[in-house]
Amino acid sequence: MTKVEMTVNGKQVSRDVEGQTLLVSMLREDLRLTGTHVGCDTSQCGACVVHVNGKSVKACTMFAIEADGADIKTIEGMAGSDGSLSVIQSAFQEHHGLQCGFCTPGMVMTAANLLKDNPKPTEAEVRHYLQGNICRCTGYHNIVKAIMAASGQDVSAIAAE
Amino acid sequence: MPKDTGIGASTRRREDVRFLKGKGQYTDDIPPAHDQAAAVFARSTVANGVIKSIDTSVAESMPGVLAVFTGADFADVGGNPAGWLINSRDGEPMKEPKRPVLAHGKVRHVGDAYAAVIAETEKQARDAVEAIEADIEELPAIMDVKAALTSDNFVHDEIGTNQCFDWGWIEDNRRATDDAIKGAAHVTTLELVNNRLVPNAMEPRCSMASYKESSDEYTLHTTSQNPHLTRLLISAFVMGIPENKLTVIAPDVGGGFGSKIYHYGEEALVLAAAKRVGRTVKWTSDRTEAFLTDAHGRDHVTKIELATDAEGNFLAFRTETYANVGAYLSNFATATPTFLHGTLMAGNYTVPNVYVNVKAVFTNTAPVDAYRGAGRPEATYSLERVIDKCARELGMDPIALRRKNFIKPDQYPFASAAGLEYDSGNYDALMDKMEEVADVAGFAARRKASESKGMLRGFGVNAYVEACGIAPSNLVGVLGSRVGLYDAATVRVNATGNLSVMVGAHSHGQGHETVFPQIVSDMLGIDAQSIDIVHGDTSKIPFGMGTYGSRSLAVCGSAVVRATEKIIAKAKKIAGHMLEAADTDIEFKDGQFSVVGTNKSVSFGEVALKAYIPHNFPIEDIEPGLEETAFYDPANFTFPSGAYCCEVEVDPDTGKVRVDRMTAVDDFGNVMNPMIVTGQVHGGLGQGIGQALLEAARYNEDGQLESASYMDYAMPRADDLPFYIVDHSQGTPCTHNPLGAKGCGEAGAIGSPPTVVNAVIDALQSGGKNVTHIDMPLTPHRVWSAMNNA
Repeated sequence: MTKVEMTVNGKQVSRDVEGQTLLVSMLREDLRLTGTHVGCDTSQCGACVVHVNGKSVKACTMFAIEADGADIKTIEGMAGSDGSLSVIQSAFQEHHGLQCGFCTPGMVMTAANLLKDNPKPTEAEVRHYLQGNICRCTGYHNIVKAIMAASGQDVSAIAAE
Repeated sequence: MPKDTGIGASTRRREDVRFLKGKGQYTDDIPPAHDQAAAVFARSTVANGVIKSIDTSVAESMPGVLAVFTGADFADVGGNPAGWLINSRDGEPMKEPKRPVLAHGKVRHVGDAYAAVIAETEKQARDAVEAIEADIEELPAIMDVKAALTSDNFVHDEIGTNQCFDWGWIEDNRRATDDAIKGAAHVTTLELVNNRLVPNAMEPRCSMASYKESSDEYTLHTTSQNPHLTRLLISAFVMGIPENKLTVIAPDVGGGFGSKIYHYGEEALVLAAAKRVGRTVKWTSDRTEAFLTDAHGRDHVTKIELATDAEGNFLAFRTETYANVGAYLSNFATATPTFLHGTLMAGNYTVPNVYVNVKAVFTNTAPVDAYRGAGRPEATYSLERVIDKCARELGMDPIALRRKNFIKPDQYPFASAAGLEYDSGNYDALMDKMEEVADVAGFAARRKASESKGMLRGFGVNAYVEACGIAPSNLVGVLGSRVGLYDAATVRVNATGNLSVMVGAHSHGQGHETVFPQIVSDMLGIDAQSIDIVHGDTSKIPFGMGTYGSRSLAVCGSAVVRATEKIIAKAKKIAGHMLEAADTDIEFKDGQFSVVGTNKSVSFGEVALKAYIPHNFPIEDIEPGLEETAFYDPANFTFPSGAYCCEVEVDPDTGKVRVDRMTAVDDFGNVMNPMIVTGQVHGGLGQGIGQALLEAARYNEDGQLESASYMDYAMPRADDLPFYIVDHSQGTPCTHNPLGAKGCGEAGAIGSPPTVVNAVIDALQSGGKNVTHIDMPLTPHRVWSAMNNA
């Protein structure tokens, strides 16, 4: 067991973990932050994306001990302190960018990083950036639309209610 | 009613808030019980093999191991049954080999579980699984559906054949269909494969069981689209646990698409283990296990013929299909290629003769069952591909040929040549709308623009009709169903005027928590926010057959309407008592009960309170309380239909296909929440385009699944797909349910595959390549090869 310390959603945490414990396992099992999901075993689906020191990372590709000292943000840390949804979260609801909700945390975390890097992405840029996040429900239309709307662009020309 | 929360409003989904905050609770997210143990399965690495011996002694002695199960432990319990009895053309019932909880005697596909370890931790269980010594003698794998029928190597030795059934629909039409084809001016023939798919709900399956000795009660949390059906299968067929001693809970479920309809052996195993070890036992599938063991979809090999006269009037469709059912019969496996496929083989057309022959075949592959669309995508693909080929052969416009043969609006109810009675539709109106919103007139200019870039551009069209709202119990009973397919709802009005509505349908992305309150609030004239939906827990809801076959709204929604009508009827009696008038003189409108012709009225809330504080109640006439249940059994299927088109660009140098424009115009009848309906279509389109261009579950000749991870199975990603154009303004209400609703969940996956393939063929033809068919998925390699071999 190794002791790791990190900041998760603004709170200092410390846990003893085994060397092979993945960051995603520590988040889900030790910290009970189960909004970060596990949808595959090959680092393809993106349901486990979190922010590590401000960058999006698939939490299944990293050992917990590698995150020692890091500043981690998970989906549970995305809403305002009063519980209000962030701009991106609101856009996903407003534009029906989620159905079953399972890929959603990873999508929101990836989208947040995209808009940090590229505040006004084109449709093609959004689609390209989402390559590492699989959604089986939405056909991506409303996810792409929600992210473009969250960036402040007018999406009214993109079909649908 | 405020326009933003009633029927027809695009109310934003209330369930989104918890999902967006990471507060959803999927089965694997449930906080671990203090006594929780883990189950891990030992799975076959060969496709076909005789289990000579299994030595679990080392595994049993390993650290943390609580129990090890093998097939022998379940030799005395029942098999997981097929839900539909299909009879072959000769009248013989289908072959139903037992599907055991754990393989016993033989393993029959890669991933078939033959043992399971229960240990303190998942890691300990995994280590112990590695220590199980299984001597399995590998046999040649039975993989090809046609070869399987002449092989003397059997998936199930006890039935002495690999054929499950040889079904004819409608057998009495066979001769007339043969004669029509023989005498026809033109016959178009097409051989095609409907590619095998893996549903790939993003949440892997997960099951967790506990047992309470003091009351002999079990609780199963599981990833299910229909907890009551799962309970029924476990209770009546597999484990014999009385239904009143088994609670099945499906909390938030991360997508299903069919794959979570079925009862799986892992659920039975954790129940048995919970009792034996006296602990909570949980199993969570990893993605590789999901690929190997979730029920797959499609996998038909088909020959279809279309006979026409010289003017292009359809005279007959004749189909011969080999349907791969895999190694065991999953619960809906026998219904999918038959009554959800053969009955749709007249399509949208007035064709007088239809005959369908389906041979269902066992192979050493994962079980195949209903996947989004279930039989109807296979029917639509066969029909709409052969019609397109026919149009080309006759030199007719593909839209004109379809229109020429469409059922016309004044012909409803229409008895199709494949045995169904369509209640409503207007296929020409859908085609008109499609041509308008897709700007079909602008295609020629877009083709020119593509060609100037060196790309080939193709236009593909499709019309479909499907049977949803599954299903009238009377009819499906005649067709071989072993269950009724009604649904149920309870509306409970609490004393303070808020409502709990318990529904049998399960929501795993469909938005029931938002839509069902829209209906009830519209009917009662009260705020939708005061209405909560309860679903997914057999201890809280009356009964239910669950969510599949685009049935939730048409069947369960209708049950909600009926239960709410009962509430209004009783509330009128209470209001009559309060207002000292006969209940027949009470009128209910906008949440107010009034005495006709007076200004005397009471609100819904006042009536609710009175129901629970029945001072001065005429208790001989009115019981206290305000809660009503309705079971709704539909009178017929519903028949959604649509006209789709798409435009593709094909790179002639690489064979890569890009879908540039995809248009879906659907008739879903009345629409409750347009935003959600549009989203359902989007999702179906994504999966349908995936089937057409990307996805294939591919086994090699040894029965190894070569596409068993997201590295190998091409899931559609955001940059594989376009924005879609979706319209449902041309709805013709269903004539036999109270909402006039038809169902929208599967349409996109049914309508899009032939549309895409038709467009690619059109593109290649425009480039001078005489390619008439390519089997899905239309990968660059397949398209390039077809072009260069043409």
